[in-house]
Amino acid sequence: MSGRLSSSDVEHVAQLARLALTADEVEQLTEQLTVILDHAQDVAALDLEGVPPTAHPLPLTNVLRPDDVRPSLDRDEVLAQAPSTEDHRFRVPRILGEAP
Amino acid sequence: MTAREIAAAVRRGDRSARSVVEEHLAAIEGREPELHAFNLVMRDDALAAADEVDALVARSEDPGPLAGVPVALKDNLCTRGVPTTCSSRILEGWQPPYTATVVDRLREAGGIPIGKTNLDEFAMGSSTENSAFGPTRNPRDPSRVPGGSSGGSAAAVAAGFAPLALGSDTGGSIRQPAALCGAVGLKPTYGRVSRYGLIAFASSLDQIGPFAENVDDAALLLEAIWGHDRFDSTSIDSVPEPLGDSSDVAGVRIGIVEELTDAEGIQPEVKAAVERAAAGLEAAGAKVERVQVPSCAYGLSAYYLIAPAEASSNLARYDGVRYGLRVDGADVAEMNANTRAAGFGPEVKRRIMLGTYALSAGYYDAYYGQAQKVRTLIIRDFERAYESFDVLLSPTSPTTAFELGAKTADPLAMYLSDVCTIPSNLAGHPAITVPFGTGASGLPVGVQVLAPALGEPLMFRVARAIEGAAS
Repeated sequence: MSGRLSSSDVEHVAQLARLALTADEVEQLTEQLTVILDHAQDVAALDLEGVPPTAHPLPLTNVLRPDDVRPSLDRDEVLAQAPSTEDHRFRVPRILGEAP
Repeated sequence: MTAREIAAAVRRGDRSARSVVEEHLAAIEGREPELHAFNLVMRDDALAAADEVDALVARSEDPGPLAGVPVALKDNLCTRGVPTTCSSRILEGWQPPYTATVVDRLREAGGIPIGKTNLDEFAMGSSTENSAFGPTRNPRDPSRVPGGSSGGSAAAVAAGFAPLALGSDTGGSIRQPAALCGAVGLKPTYGRVSRYGLIAFASSLDQIGPFAENVDDAALLLEAIWGHDRFDSTSIDSVPEPLGDSSDVAGVRIGIVEELTDAEGIQPEVKAAVERAAAGLEAAGAKVERVQVPSCAYGLSAYYLIAPAEASSNLARYDGVRYGLRVDGADVAEMNANTRAAGFGPEVKRRIMLGTYALSAGYYDAYYGQAQKVRTLIIRDFERAYESFDVLLSPTSPTTAFELGAKTADPLAMYLSDVCTIPSNLAGHPAITVPFGTGASGLPVGVQVLAPALGEPLMFRVARAIEGAAS
C-alpha cells in the first residue's frame, strides 16, 4: 500500500469533505484512521482479480413509474425549516467573489 | 401483556387504547430519567392517537392489528411536524415536512407512536454513547450500554416503555442492541421494508425493522410495515409471504457458522448459548451441523469501508442550506465547513473522513473497490452454504453488554461489536436475534438466525423454536 497516512493527507480529505477540523482533531484522526486502515489491509491485500464488485444487494435497473401529477412537499412548510430564506427561496452566503 | 394481547383486548373493547397508553407513559415517567431511552416522549400525540382508536372501537370499526399498541420510533425516522434529530446537533429542532412510510403504516394499523428514541448520532455506533444528547443506559444493568445504534428502541422495549419499537439496521444496529437488552430484533431482507423517511446512513445496507419482547410480536409489527412502497425505488415489488405462527423445525437443516461462532473475541458464555440453542433445535427435530462461510472473516473490514463511503456521500446534504444548523462563514464553502464542524460529533466526522478517503483518487480501487468485491464473495459463500442448509445460526453480539465508556476511546474495538451482524447487511439477507438465557454476569445473550433473501417465514419458525427452547 501507499505508505502511512500523514496529517496533510487528513487535512486534504477534510477539505474534500467540507469539514473544518481543529489541529487536535487532525492529529487524533491521523492516528485513528491509520489504525482502522491497517485493519482494512486484510481486504486491500486480497487478490480479487476477476471478481465483480457488488454495489447493491438487489439487481435493480431502471425502476420506472407512470408520469402522474401528485402532491409534493408543501413549499412553506419546507422553507420554514431552513436556516435562512428570502422571497420563497433558500438564502446562502455569496458563492463567487463579487461584491455583496 | 404482549402486543398481540393488547391489540386483541382493544379491538374487542375490553381495554381502552387510552388506558394502554397511560400505563406506558407512567412506566416511562418512572424510569426514563435513569435510562434516557427517548429524545422525545410524544405524550399528547400518543393520547390523541389513542382516543382516535377508541372512537373507532366505539363505532364498531376495526382500528387494525396494532390497535392501541404503543410503538417507540428510532429518532432517525421522519415524523411530520415532530422533531427528528438523528441524535445530532446538526438536526436539532428540525421538523420533517413528511412522515416515513413505516410510521404511516403502523398508524393505519392502529399503532400509537409514543416517542422518538435515542441513537448513536446518525446511527453510527454500537453503544448509543455517540448521541449528542447523552447515552442511553441498559435497563438490565444501568452501568452498562444498551448496544447501538438503536439503543433507545431496545431499551424502551426492555424497560416496558413500549411493547414494540422500530429501529434501523445498517451493520447490526437493531440486532446487537436487542441482544444486549434481552429483546427480539430483526433486520428484514433488504428492500422488504420501505426506507422512505428513514434518514440515510449507508443506503445499500440500511433496513428498518422491529423490536419486540417476543418473536410473535416482532412478526406482528413486521407484517404491519412491510411490502412495496412506490416512494422507495429499492423496495421489493412483490407481496410478502405471511409469517404464520409455526415453530415446527422438524427436518430443517441448520448450520452453525464457524467463522462467527468460534472467532477470537466471542465470549465463552455467548458461544455456549449458541450451542445450547442448537441442542434445543436438534431436540425439536432439526438437523444441526457446523458450516464454513469463509469470507465472513473479511466482512468487518469491508463494511467499515463501504458504510463510511456511502455515509460520506449521504451526509454531504448537511450543508447548512436547506435545513438544520448553519454556522456562518465568509463564503458558502466556509459556511459549509463551519456548519459541519459544529454540527457533527466525533464518530460522524471519523466516518465521513474514512469514507471520503476510501473514495478519493488513488485509493478508490484499493479500498472501496476491493470492499465491493469482498461483498460479492460473501454473497457467493452464503449461496453455497444455503445449498446445504435452510438457515444459519451464530451469536448476535460477540459479548454481553459492556460498561459505559469501556470502548469509547478505541473506535476499532467498538467496531468489532458488529462482527457477527455485518455479513447479513452486506448480503442483503434477513437475520433475527432471539434472547437465549443469560451469561455468567446475569446479562442477556442473543442467538442469531440468518436466512437467505425473502426467507423470513422459515427464519421466524426457527426463531420461535429457539424461544421455546429458551423458556
